[in-house]
This record gives sequence, structure tokens and C-alpha cells, in this order.
Amino acid sequence: MAQNRHIEGSFHLTGGDFTNAGAASSELKSIMSHLNISPDLVRRAAIATFEAEMNVIIHAVAGVMYYLITPDLIKVVLNDMGPGIPDIEQAMQEGFSTAPDWIREMGWGAGMGLPNMKKNSDEFRVDSVVGEGTTVEIIIKIKEGKTQ
Amino acid sequence: MTLEKVREILEGELVLDAGNPDTEITSVCSSDLMSDLLHFSSEPKSLLITGLNNTQVIRTAEIADIKAVVFVLDKRPDRETVEMAKQKGITLVVTRLSRFTACGRLYAAGLGSCTGVNR
Repeated sequence: MAQNRHIEGSFHLTGGDFTNAGAASSELKSIMSHLNISPDLVRRAAIATFEAEMNVIIHAVAGVMYYLITPDLIKVVLNDMGPGIPDIEQAMQEGFSTAPDWIREMGWGAGMGLPNMKKNSDEFRVDSVVGEGTTVEIIIKIKEGKTQ
Repeated sequence: MTLEKVREILEGELVLDAGNPDTEITSVCSSDLMSDLLHFSSEPKSLLITGLNNTQVIRTAEIADIKAVVFVLDKRPDRETVEMAKQKGITLVVTRLSRFTACGRLYAAGLGSCTGVNR
């Protein structure tokens, strides 16, 4: 990537649209793959983003995924119109899920979504207002980030 | 171990050939829960063995850099799933074996877990 070049964009997400679920993360992964970012970082960013996208599809009515890629970091912010998370600390626990059975039958709702986002991020933040929605911010540092 | 060797061990049928029979498979993930896969698959070049049969499997494989998916118990992926795998270059294999047996055979043949433990 050219020095100081910033790449940004956004995707609209529709809750319940399982046909296109993951398409935004897939496209973002493709964008990152063409930017001379190490495959390990691309993979971490893709996993965190995909989990966040699936949460919007599963729980919210709609959402927007913004991304910003600079020579120093990958930042993805997901803003949704959803039910909100009453207890974020509880939601961060591995295995905790409020997803209904039919979501589990599709392979989701393992209660690993938020933990996976955190695991793959260098900085991770969740803000939520019950009845309004949730904002998730994922930052992966291209330089001096954690290695797996 | 090559993907073709894996198919042979599992007596699998190649449902979609992404043209990568010589792809080296270094480890195996097995789950029907996608987030568990995303959590535990710390190694790229893994094979996924699953009983789940929908497009979510292909998306997850793509995101986690998994090059091939094995469906157990003769579960055949539908056209939509095959089409997505084709676009993403992911090979699909169907075996009549159960997940336990499929994993057991590959473990006995020397493949380890994609978590990097139990080697």
C-alpha cells in the first residue's frame, strides 16, 4: 500500500438475510488480501468482522459496517439497529448465547461470537443501548500488533 | 498429506473439484458450530469435517482459509452451497463415514487438530 493511503468504505447489512450473510466480510477480506497486508492479519480481521456481521444478521433489523484501512491499522465499526445487549460482561463470556434454536441449527449461536471478535482484535470495544442497538469497534494494528 | 490422499482415506466422493488435489492439508477441524471453528482453527491449510450442510459452512471456510470441506454421513450439499464453493475455490467431498470415524482415520494417518494441540 502506498504510504499514507487510506481506504474506506461501508456495507449495508440486513437482519435475517442469511442468503447474503457473510458477503460483506468476504468482500472486505478480498480487499485486504490485495493490499499487501500479511495473511495472518487478514485472517484475524476477517474472522472478527465475520462474527460481528453474523451478530447483526442474527439479532438486528439492520446495520452498517464501516471499514478504514491505513498503513498502520484495520478498523471496522459495526453499527446496528437491534435489541441491544443488557449485560455486555455476560455476553463476552465464552458459551453465553441468546440465539434461538433455529439459529443453532444453521451452525451459529455457539456463544463464541464476541469472544472471537476480542481474540482476533488488538483493540475491541462494544457499546450497547437496550432497545436501540449495538456498536462494535474492531481494530487490528498492522504494525506492532499481537501475533498468534 | 495431500487433499487427494485425504479423499482416499475417507473413501470420499469429490462433489466439487476446485482443482487443488495436491493442496497440502496440515491439520483438521471438525465441528457443526461455526464460531467454534473460527475460535479454534488457529492454523490455515486446514481441512473441515462437518455434518452441517449449508452455505454458512462455505463462508466460514473462506474466512478461515480452509481449502476443503468434507461432509459426513453422505450429506450432499445443495446447489447453492456447491455454487458458492465453486466461486471461492473450495473443494467439497462427501463421505458415508461418521464424523468420529472420519476424524479417527485421519488422526491415525498422522493428521493433527487445527487447534495445534493433541499432536
